[in-house]
Amino acid sequence: MSITYLEAIREAQAKALRDNPKVYIYGQDISTYGGAFKSTKNLAKEFPGRVLDSPISEDAMVGSAIGASLEGMRPIVEMQFADFSANAFNQIVNHAATYFYRSGVPCPITIRLPAGGNPGAGPFHSQSMESLYAHFPGLVIMTPATVEDAYNLLLEAVALDDPVLFCEHKFLYNRVKAEHLPEEVSFSAGKALCRRPGKDVTVVCYAATLYDSLAAAAELEKHGIDIEVIDLRTVRPIDIETVLQSVARTGHLLCVSEGWPWGGVNAEVIARVASKGFHLLDSPPERLNCRDTPIPYHPDLWLAHRPSAAAVVKKIRQMLAW
Amino acid sequence: MLNTLREPESETIRLGFKEQYVSAFKWMLLARTVEDKVAALWHAGKIAGGCYLGRGQEAVSGAVGVMLRPGDIFAPLIRDQAGRLAFGEPLFDILRTYLGKKTGPMRGRDGNVHRGRPHEGTYPMISHLGTAVSLVTGVMMAKRMRGETGFVGATSIGDGGSSTGSFHEGFNMAAVERVPLVMTVTNNRYAYSTPNARQFACHDLVDRAIGYGVEGYSMDGTDLKECLEVANHAVERARSGFGPQMIVASCVRLSGHAEHDDGFYMDKALLESPIGRDCIRVAQSYVVEQGWADEGTVQEWRREAKAQVEEILQQVQREPGPDPAEEDWHSLATAHLIDQDFSE
Repeated sequence: MSITYLEAIREAQAKALRDNPKVYIYGQDISTYGGAFKSTKNLAKEFPGRVLDSPISEDAMVGSAIGASLEGMRPIVEMQFADFSANAFNQIVNHAATYFYRSGVPCPITIRLPAGGNPGAGPFHSQSMESLYAHFPGLVIMTPATVEDAYNLLLEAVALDDPVLFCEHKFLYNRVKAEHLPEEVSFSAGKALCRRPGKDVTVVCYAATLYDSLAAAAELEKHGIDIEVIDLRTVRPIDIETVLQSVARTGHLLCVSEGWPWGGVNAEVIARVASKGFHLLDSPPERLNCRDTPIPYHPDLWLAHRPSAAAVVKKIRQMLAW
Repeated sequence: MLNTLREPESETIRLGFKEQYVSAFKWMLLARTVEDKVAALWHAGKIAGGCYLGRGQEAVSGAVGVMLRPGDIFAPLIRDQAGRLAFGEPLFDILRTYLGKKTGPMRGRDGNVHRGRPHEGTYPMISHLGTAVSLVTGVMMAKRMRGETGFVGATSIGDGGSSTGSFHEGFNMAAVERVPLVMTVTNNRYAYSTPNARQFACHDLVDRAIGYGVEGYSMDGTDLKECLEVANHAVERARSGFGPQMIVASCVRLSGHAEHDDGFYMDKALLESPIGRDCIRVAQSYVVEQGWADEGTVQEWRREAKAQVEEILQQVQREPGPDPAEEDWHSLATAHLIDQDFSE
């Protein structure tokens, strides 16, 4: 018996619906159809009236969730693809994100963003939006990489009193598996985790790039290079203390993200480490992002566009030769 | 099922109509009075930022406001002072918010018309027009999911705001969800400086009701009697389960977009036309004609409104502004997730 990352997301929603009558899910094709990725499969049947198809209106989907949350509900909004949340950008960053600061009244909504690239998905079904939203105060941004995190963090997102953007990576949906779901739910938003201890270089990553980083570490291990891999898990807030502790051990920092290179999570980690841990660094901190173009359609182009394990290996060799 | 009414059903004057009319008229007077005071403060340099008046729209807003009951909700827009007061917003809120006082509902963090008390059913607007339409839809969906029926949600927009995608998405969603939403679209002829001809190409905005599949009404926004009749009908239809209601009010904005704008671009002929009338003068004549009050009594109401505003203003002016050194600078409700690097 094993459970996938996608099934964990479904199970977390089922648990949230079961445990809390204030929870409901709103999104396109999520009811009878069970969602474009089947992450709400059978939930409409199990929870009548609480898993609702919405019109293709991303702005209004989020706006209605804001209203419902102010009435004490705990809405989960499913964007069909993270890319389409651009159509809800205004409601997310100007309405939801400002609500608590302006009025003192919390706005507890969870917006699920099926994010990241997949072969053949092309420019508009592949984007990573976490850096964009992380720029705005008032939002929590989660980027789970494992089955356990997909499950626990989603339940935590629903429980938190703030608007949460839950960036679930589509490439991981059916590729990442675990033996079983966590037996007990544990909340740990804002805490990074060391996924692989090492002493030579710190690699900071999240979501799908965790696996590229681990693959690179396995390759480098053959050559006697010992990589420490830190999974951020939530990019806002960002757990810089865990990163600094790692850099204190290794003296080298490489950040790996599927997002675009200008600004973003990688830049934020490097800026903070440079500021707070300059004395810890033995080489310039480096970053690997996807290429600085829209995300290409052809699988070969797509593979060359995103940061790969080979690119991580190459970059680390350069850093160690500095 | 489409049931579009171009005109309100004619109805005999309801029981209690006089009380409703007089009540709405008094809220209109108070709204005009407090906004005149706010404008004076703005011109005296006492208010930072913009100053947005509902002058000429008091009948539309007040009529909707008096139809709402406790438990209903109201997401007001820029020119809704009369409706806010009728729905129960204390006079303190407008003055404290315009003056940025820490004692106000927005604590100096937001100003002027961006104010509300979400737990009391009024929502602080954001400047991006149309966003409240889906917000109210969500509030009413939540009430329905919890089994709370018999309530309505009201919100307002103008001819300009009705052109936004957010308005369309929200109103279409409201119609699909069939929530009890009363949508008042006040066509005051100008969105900032942009005339109707550059805003929409349909004959009349109320024609859009058919497209949305909702019940729609036109009304003369300068005539409180008609506003009350239409608002009463629409609110009761929404309350009785007939889905969203669209009211399109005609009037002319009797000021610039804001106090920094003298409205030089406005067509003077519009102001001379029947929809250019001042709804407060029209209502005052009606009250006197009906024998509900004489001119002297109305003057007394005006004096009372002025005295009330002056008294509250004097108190509010003595209240402290926010102290930047005491601000927590927190944008999250969850204390342990606040970014410590930026909050010190």
